[in-house]
Amino acid sequence: MAVLVLIGAMLATVLVKAWPSFSHNGLSWFGPGGNVDTQLRAMAESKALPGHSLYYFRGWTLIWGTLLTTVGAVLIALVVSMLAAVFLTEFAPPAIRRVLDPVIRLLAGVPSVIYGLIGILVIAPYIDEHWISNARRVSVGYVVQLNGNDVMTATLILTLMILPIMVAITASALASVPAAWREGSLALGVNRWRTIWRVSLRTARPAIAAATVLATARALGEAVMLAMVAGGRGFAPNLLDGITALFEPVRPLAATILQNDEGLTIPALSHTIYAIAAVLLVSAGMLSFAGWFAKQRFNRYGIRA
Amino acid sequence: MAATELAPAPPAGSVIARAPRDRTASWPLIDRVGYWLCWAVGIGLCLVALAIVAFMAVKGLSYLSLGQLVHSPAPSVVQSQSGGFLDPIEGTLIVAALGTSIAAPLGVAIAVWLSEYRRPSWLARTVESAIEIVAGAPSVVLALFGLLIFAQSFLGFLSQRAATGVVNGRSFFAAGAVMALLALPLIVASTREGLAQLPDRLREASYALGRTRATTIRRILLSAVRPDIATGTALGMGRIIGDTAIIKILLGAGLTLQPVGQTPVAGLLRGTGPTLTTYIYENSPAGEGLAPQKAYAAAFVLLLIVLGLNGIVTWLTSRGGQSGGGGLNRAFRLIPFMPNPSG
Repeated sequence: MAVLVLIGAMLATVLVKAWPSFSHNGLSWFGPGGNVDTQLRAMAESKALPGHSLYYFRGWTLIWGTLLTTVGAVLIALVVSMLAAVFLTEFAPPAIRRVLDPVIRLLAGVPSVIYGLIGILVIAPYIDEHWISNARRVSVGYVVQLNGNDVMTATLILTLMILPIMVAITASALASVPAAWREGSLALGVNRWRTIWRVSLRTARPAIAAATVLATARALGEAVMLAMVAGGRGFAPNLLDGITALFEPVRPLAATILQNDEGLTIPALSHTIYAIAAVLLVSAGMLSFAGWFAKQRFNRYGIRA
Repeated sequence: MAATELAPAPPAGSVIARAPRDRTASWPLIDRVGYWLCWAVGIGLCLVALAIVAFMAVKGLSYLSLGQLVHSPAPSVVQSQSGGFLDPIEGTLIVAALGTSIAAPLGVAIAVWLSEYRRPSWLARTVESAIEIVAGAPSVVLALFGLLIFAQSFLGFLSQRAATGVVNGRSFFAAGAVMALLALPLIVASTREGLAQLPDRLREASYALGRTRATTIRRILLSAVRPDIATGTALGMGRIIGDTAIIKILLGAGLTLQPVGQTPVAGLLRGTGPTLTTYIYENSPAGEGLAPQKAYAAAFVLLLIVLGLNGIVTWLTSRGGQSGGGGLNRAFRLIPFMPNPSG
């Protein structure tokens, strides 16, 4: 089928185009070293950095930024989405459920550029003004300037963006847990919360795993909102800075592609951009596969979700 | 407790027996904390959505004027002289129309094949996971792939060819084709969902009347799942309209429509131009132009379109009691295929 050819072609073409970047850097591509922005600028100007080839690139800063935002958002969303799904399927009175259902679909449908706009024009200035103390600004002033476009803002908005997927999958799974299983627990005198916790959520565990994995893939690929809000600087927040690390800028992989899209005509830079795309594509593909696999386990209970 | 009102034998897994009111007084403290956290999260989500819509409405209405809808953008640093966003609106409509008109027939065909034929089965399983991969692939990556494909010289007639013979691969054609990939998983999932819910007796009755399988599909099944196809298409269109990354990479960041050559329609499609999403991006502090007022106004228009599509979906899916398990809207199941994050 056409779709298969397409997927194969996609992987192959992107990998072929990405190959020069990988072959010049080897596994150090994924490692730390130097300032990633300087390296990208050198490629854009087609002037090799002294002592290195034109393709010299160390991606760890970008990978670290991606990891921070993605893992943070997924962890928060995991907790919130489970509570929201339980509320939606168990506790919400019908009137509230009739509101919450379209609300979640709306949150899934709001374009990410609008999330980004709100982030950059409202939330970031607010954080800049009220949350970042002067002492904090000074403490890291010699390496980076804090301006509210940071890991925390990005992570919180990203959480909101992946929440609908996780709520949807978890809630559908909870709704399809056989009523008899729950009634059995209730009949034994177990209260509703414990029943939900011990019977429903436990049955839905594979679905929750699938939801988490799929949401991770989405968070990984988010580009526009992160390009607008996360700070747009190839900087690796240092966790040893404590809370201050939350206010430091990052630039995840996908956002890097978007922000360098004008360099696609420059050979070295475009090979590097395609290398970043290949990394994203392979990780998203593996996550999709893992999510599909987790759902298969759920189907084994005879429940379709 | 919950068992006080055991409704007359609810169908397995669809209706949840519910007590008139949850009496939590007898629960241990930690259970009650969980219960109230659930309420807090549920109400909180409603408030967040309300805040987004209300904020965009207030900002949008205060900066939007009718003139902006009929004037082209003009390059100017002064916000009162930088024109309106007629071109971005046209661009959005062109891309949405192109994308859905490619994705809809293809998606329906794939869905029908997957649920009605499925042979050979290994191919069906592979296609299924391939569609999941497309649904999960970041749209930046899809865009880069599209750029590679449409920059091939034999596809030069779809975009611009420089005097040196180099094809730049950026055009509405390219953007529409890649956008179709975004909408495809939604249309496939929605149509399959619909086909799976049709009772077998419908097919059997048709076979008994001597119709072939192909006729049955064309005449009976496809007309029965028309609302589902429409749902998928509307959701897919919403995703196309909301995507920025593909537009930015495949159409560039120009402010006005730039047709290629003199041919009226084909020239436009071969050319490049902005859409509402790139217009917002470029006018926000993240882009070049510092025109937040224009960005707010355009974002409000974009949000209105998305809300409208959402309303259509709600209307389509709430008719005829088509509801998923647990009283959730059927479109709810499609959310996993409509990942807004990624573009």
